[in-house]
Order: sequence, then structure tokens, then C-alpha cells
Amino acid sequence: MKVLVAVKRVVDYNVKVRVKSDNTDVDTANVKMSMNPFDEIAIEEAVRLKEKGMATEIIAVSCGVTQCQETLRTAMAIGADRAILVESNEDLQPLAVAKLLKALVDKEQPGLIILGKQAIDDDCNQTGQMLAALADLPQVTFASKIELADGKATVSREIDGGSETLQVTLPAVVTADLRLNEPRYVTLPNIMKAKKKPLEVLKPEDLGVDVTPRIKTLKVNEPPKRSAGIKVPDVATLVAKLKTEAKVI
Amino acid sequence: MTTLVIAEHDNATLKPATLNTVTAATQCGGDVHVLVAGHNAAAAAAAAAQISGVAKVLHIDAESLAHGLAENLTTQIVALASGYSHLLFAATAAGKNVAPRVAAKLDVGQISDISKVISADTFERPIYAGNAIATVQSLDSIKVITVRGTGFDAAALVNQGNAAIEKVADVAIPGTTTYLGSEIAKNDRPELTAAKIIVSGGRALGSQDKFNEVMTPLADKLGAAIGASRAAVDAGYAANDLQVGQTGKIVAPQLYMAVGISGAIQHLAGMKDSKVIVAINKDPEAPIFSVADYGLEADLFVAVPELVAAL
Repeated sequence: MKVLVAVKRVVDYNVKVRVKSDNTDVDTANVKMSMNPFDEIAIEEAVRLKEKGMATEIIAVSCGVTQCQETLRTAMAIGADRAILVESNEDLQPLAVAKLLKALVDKEQPGLIILGKQAIDDDCNQTGQMLAALADLPQVTFASKIELADGKATVSREIDGGSETLQVTLPAVVTADLRLNEPRYVTLPNIMKAKKKPLEVLKPEDLGVDVTPRIKTLKVNEPPKRSAGIKVPDVATLVAKLKTEAKVI
Repeated sequence: MTTLVIAEHDNATLKPATLNTVTAATQCGGDVHVLVAGHNAAAAAAAAAQISGVAKVLHIDAESLAHGLAENLTTQIVALASGYSHLLFAATAAGKNVAPRVAAKLDVGQISDISKVISADTFERPIYAGNAIATVQSLDSIKVITVRGTGFDAAALVNQGNAAIEKVADVAIPGTTTYLGSEIAKNDRPELTAAKIIVSGGRALGSQDKFNEVMTPLADKLGAAIGASRAAVDAGYAANDLQVGQTGKIVAPQLYMAVGISGAIQHLAGMKDSKVIVAINKDPEAPIFSVADYGLEADLFVAVPELVAAL
């Protein structure tokens, strides 16, 4: 069974982003870029399935600028067998990415598609669900455990107040939550090996997909600042302040 | 122009996030309808009819809708969508699961997690874990949106049902997904995203036992919900669904008490809209103090029991 995993190149999670002075976007020039952490979990899960003998081939896919090739090399260093970049300088929004992935799903016919639940840049949390809709496949979002047997996936997912377990027929789309696994560290020998793995580059036109944005960003601002309050010397003062000044207890 | 709010419910009761979503819907302009799709969910539909500002409740009852499966709900919503200018979902685990599937079926973009309605097609939403606020305009004819509950007040409930309830027949569904079961933590505490007071514990608690021993009496005394930082959850001190932060729950209670939480960006993104923030931490340099209204620099194992006694 082939497993297709989508990965996104985003501003590294340790970077404190700044809004550009012209308020058009956040400043991503000369900022460290990395694989979206949830996508790293998605790749790790696919690799574990292959190690357990449940998957035969892992294809990593990314949609975006040329530099996404670095992200795909990382995916292959973790254990993906080959990679596809759909290269575009356009602002690729989730619906467009889902359409590109749908075209690749049609072409590659994977038994399972795993994505991160959301990207930490636009925080949309849409692409997996949209891909499932377009490909008319069952979906399980926010997965914390995946088990495969008899052409079905049994998946636990995190919901408000606890967790639930769903069973879906394969092929299916699963999106990874934080606690699905802990991704391995990439080792130097694997980085070297990844450089030799095949990486195919396509354009959206090759897949016949229109990636015109549907949502226009008018401006990007800094969030309102919350200023620090006061330090209180002891518990008694804290209780008094909460009762008489803040009036919240 | 009419907005359809997809109610979040457990068939018996409406989830509070639905009320905040209705408020966002009224700000989009035009009439507001609410869809209650479930199984034996007449009580939830009746509750929806009591929400102030709602003109009509659509009620679909079918066994396939008992567990809110995304595939099945999407089919019902898409069948109704042509009559609406806006489809609004709460930005909860359930809403985030279904809304993008609906948007893609309608071939429209989705605007996630709006925190403000500027006009019928323009909205504000946080990006980069709340470190920037984007103002975005939808270019599609139907706007599919998820609503961040903390950005909008809850709509009021009126005693008499003010909206008509209309029964709608369900559409046949493919059935590729089977619900096997769920584990919902049972407790009498208020739900994290709806609580007026939240007490949250961090890694400084040191163990699951200490977490419970210190945080539970404080929560009991204040009638508060219990939250936790990602560090505390990852260390196994608290359950996953208690996590407050960008990758967990976004909360904005009247009072947020952070106990032994240093205040990583990802945690602050989940609670910085709280009305009053209290931080108890022994590290004077902890970033949490930069957003706290009242900071107490103290050993939490001494300060919290003292606080419980003083309340």
C-alpha cells in the first residue's frame, strides 16, 4: 500500500514573527524555515507503518516555492521514499492545495493519505478535510492513534472533552494531531541518503488545477498588546485585589 | 442574505459555542437560521429555537447523524447550502472537522477562526498562533466560516421559543465511516471553553499526583475549570483535552490563574484574551508575568494552599 503525505514549509516554530511595516504580511525574509511540526508527525507515522510492514512506499508531497525541496529532502531523511513538489510562486490557499493533492491522489492511488492537522503559519486547519471532500474519501481528523487491518483504518481522534474512535474504509484521509507520535531525529547518514532519492517537480498547470486565491488578505496587524500589571507581595493582597479591584471572585 | 449556523450539540443539549457563533452570524447581516442535525435531537432543536436573534431552526433527524460524522453532516449541509450566503460553524473540534469538507464540496474557500466581523465579506482572524491579526476578504459567493468563541459574546436565550422549527428530510449518505465509541472524561466542572474561571497548572507542579493535589482544591473553591500548559500535558500530569494554547483550547474566561506556568508563546496565544490574568510563579523572569494583571512571585506549593484557605 502506498502512503501519501503532504508537507508544508513554514516559518520555524521557534521564530517570533514580526508584522511587516507596510502591514501587508508577516516578515518571512531571512527567517528560519522548517517543516510544519504537524506534518513531521504525519511523515513519522507513515514511516512507522512502513517499518511495521503495513506500507510499501511513502510519497512526500509539497506545494509551494522552489525552496520546498529542502522540506521534501527532510521528509525523505525521515523515511519517505520519493517526493513530488508542485512548484508555484502563487499564494497557495488550502482549497488550491487540496485540489493539487487530489490530482496527485488520482495519479498515485495511495491507500492512505496523512497530513498534519494544521499549518502553524496560517493556522487554517482545512487542507486534509478539503482533500477528503474533493477525493470523496472518508476522513479522520486530529488523530492520536492509527491502526490498519483488513482494508480498514481504526483511528482514535482528539475531540472536545476526550477522544473518540472511528473506523474508515481505505483509502482514507487522516490528519495528525500532536500526540500521534514523537518524530525521530534526522541522522546525518539519512540526510545523505535522502539527497539521492527521486524528487519530481511539477507545475499546477501540469495537473490541470486553477490555484487562483479565493480569499484576499487586506492587511496584517500586530495583535493588541497586553501590558503587564502589578506584582503583589503576598496571597492576602492577591485575594483582596481580586475581590475589590478586579471583582472577579 | 441569510446565514446558516450549524449548531453543535450532543442531541440532548446545545453546546455553548453555538451561542457565540449565532452572535457572529447576526453581525454578518440578514436573517439567521440554525441547523440542528442529529438523532433524537428534538431537545437540542427546541433549545436552538430559544436563542435570541434566530429566525428559524432547521431540524434534520436521522440515525446516521447521531455522532456528528463529518461525511454525513456534510452531505446534509451541502444540500441546504444554496439558500444561504454564509455558513457558520463554531471553531471547535467538531466545527473544524466539518466546515472545510463543506467548503470544498461547494468549491469555495474557508475562513477559519474569525475573531471579528468587519462586514458581510470581510473578517479578522489570528494567524501565527495569534502573533498577527489578518483582515481577510472572501471572494466567494457562499462564505464558509468557523468562529472563534472567545471573539464574540454568547447570544441570549429567551424563555419562549421565538423561532419556528422546521423539519427537513435527510439525504442518503454513503457510510464509509463507522463510529466505534468515545471516551469523554466525566466531571462536574464547567467546560474549559465556557468556564468563567480557569485555574491552569504547568510543569512546575512536577507530577500528576501533585497536579491533582494542588489544582483540584483551588478549582473546587472557585468553581473553576482546570486547564494545563502543553508542558504539563506532555509530561503526563494532565489529560490532553485540558491543554490551553494554540494547539489546544483557546480560552477567554473572566479570571485565568496560571500556576507554575512559564508562559511560552504558544500558551499565551491560548489565554491572553482572558479578562483578568493571575500568575503564580517563583521565577521572576517568567514571561507569563508580562501579560499578568496580578503576579505573585512565590513557591506555588506554599502559595496555592494559602490561597485556597484565604478564599
